[in-house]
Amino acid sequence: MSQEADGQKVDTRKRKFLIAATSAVGGVAVAWVAVPLVMSMLPSARAKAAGAPVEVDISKIEPGMLLTAEWRGKPVWVVNRTKEMLDLLGKHNDKLVDPNSEQPQQPVYCKNATRSIKPEFLVAVGICTHLGCSPTYRKEVGAEDLGADWPGGFLCPCHGSRFDLAARVFKNVPAPTNLVIPPHQYLSAGKIQIGVDAKGA
Amino acid sequence: MSALQKMMGWVDDRFPLTATYKAHLSEYYAPKNFNFWYFFGSLALLVLVMQIVTGIFLTMNYKPDSGLAFASVEYIMRDVDWGWLIRYMHSTGASMFFVVVYLHMFRGLMYGSYRKPRELIWIFGVLIYLALMAEAFLGYLLPWGQMSYWGAQVIVNLFSAVPFIGNDLSIWIRGDYVISDATLNRFFAFHVIALPLVLIALVAVHLVALHEVGSNNPDGIEIKKKKDANGIPLDGIPFHPYYTVKDIVGVIVFLMVFSAIVFFGPTMGGYFLESNNFIPADPLKTPPHIAPLWYFTPFYAILRAVPPMFGSQFPGVVAMGMSIVLIFFLPWLDRGKVKSIRYRGPIYKLMLALFIVSFVGLGYLGLLPPSPVATIIAQTFSVIYFLFFLLMPWYTSIDKTKPEPERVTG
Repeated sequence: MSQEADGQKVDTRKRKFLIAATSAVGGVAVAWVAVPLVMSMLPSARAKAAGAPVEVDISKIEPGMLLTAEWRGKPVWVVNRTKEMLDLLGKHNDKLVDPNSEQPQQPVYCKNATRSIKPEFLVAVGICTHLGCSPTYRKEVGAEDLGADWPGGFLCPCHGSRFDLAARVFKNVPAPTNLVIPPHQYLSAGKIQIGVDAKGA
Repeated sequence: MSALQKMMGWVDDRFPLTATYKAHLSEYYAPKNFNFWYFFGSLALLVLVMQIVTGIFLTMNYKPDSGLAFASVEYIMRDVDWGWLIRYMHSTGASMFFVVVYLHMFRGLMYGSYRKPRELIWIFGVLIYLALMAEAFLGYLLPWGQMSYWGAQVIVNLFSAVPFIGNDLSIWIRGDYVISDATLNRFFAFHVIALPLVLIALVAVHLVALHEVGSNNPDGIEIKKKKDANGIPLDGIPFHPYYTVKDIVGVIVFLMVFSAIVFFGPTMGGYFLESNNFIPADPLKTPPHIAPLWYFTPFYAILRAVPPMFGSQFPGVVAMGMSIVLIFFLPWLDRGKVKSIRYRGPIYKLMLALFIVSFVGLGYLGLLPPSPVATIIAQTFSVIYFLFFLLMPWYTSIDKTKPEPERVTG
């Protein structure tokens, strides 16, 4: 740990220690300066505020039809399921990844056979759990391009993920989990509020 | 001494102008047997310059605001004098950049240009390719059409598949819970300044490394092994004027093709500009069929080919990432005794052919809507793609090679 300089032995250990210490302290400083830059890329206060709950009038949705509302910039579907649709829901459990909604993709008050508060109204975030496309509503039973055993549901146009009318994912498709059921509550029979948990839940 | 020589002398005493000119042009000795495949490096440089220049002029009228972006692009197309030409040059340039870069990379594969001592040139090159993909992806959001929006949505969501931190990571990238104005603004910043700087720096080190070790050639032999009395390679010719003149011919042919696209088919039937992107972005409605632009589709097809495992689609994302990461390791995976395809044995030729078929096949499948048959074909091609790399140490070492010549064969 020494070298010759002007014919004298120089002890380089102190020099190396100082270089290492200066580099370490400099590195810490760079890391600290990077923090505000990195943090500035997080959602701003305004973006966070835009996540406020929204109210949706669901009284005018015809049976079997779908209404798309916007919450936090995402599409939220409200489907008025008919009796026939609800009857078909329990008949394909063996083809589903998570028929009993064990994964926490819904509030506890929607962990039931229809994944909803009221059986007929499905409220779901219309964003595929694969890569975030918005699936298409395909309610026609046995649709030609989806196979004779298609019970009606949602088809993601991007990668072909399939969901039933309770927004539960079928097996052997890219999406790993059921669609998300957002927190919501009924303000009256014809009006729901999305983004707030149901009272008493 | 003339006034000009005096001035050059004055500069050279203060800046190595003549020395740099000699080192990189007039006394940079390139092998004399370059063929057609050696046009694409200089063409890539040409396209980079075109993209930077047209990009600067586009930013003069473009507005990176989710409420204004789509209309500002239409404004450039309709109301700005010659705006349509600048924009079509930029959009065509993006696709043509990938055309020349893919051909340039294929040249490297054929002639073993990644082999010792050119490993770093190859690594810098793959980094350029990565930066180029990022640049193209970021730029594609800016017109704020339906494909811009949903393409970005899908790619950013790839990051949310990362275990544990994925969700926060994708929110951090977007700056919002969905693709929004904040995302558009930061993508604009990265597209017009951050990544172009990275690209230019990488191109510079790519060239410095190339000029340090010297160019490979279609025979895959080192011309520096046989030098004349002055230390000049016997099979080398000065880059300028010999290859500058040759490259100008390539540039003219390239510009003919480029102009034909810009003037007669700027959308290239939906492959260079997708028809859905002429619809403004709608966060509530995904177009019925979305596919990335053609230059991403091979990797997109690999992503789709991998089914979710353990309730997560992370394996598909890993496979897609690995398909690019493996390219970096090529110099160390190849154990062949010779570099060039001219002297390789039948196994390497077969594997390279299968690899190209798989890559092009995956690119085609990535454009199609998902279907069970297409998925099985894509899975087969994906396996071949990976086996080309993973089995390379084995098949290149057992392959029957031909002896390399002492001098280049022209």
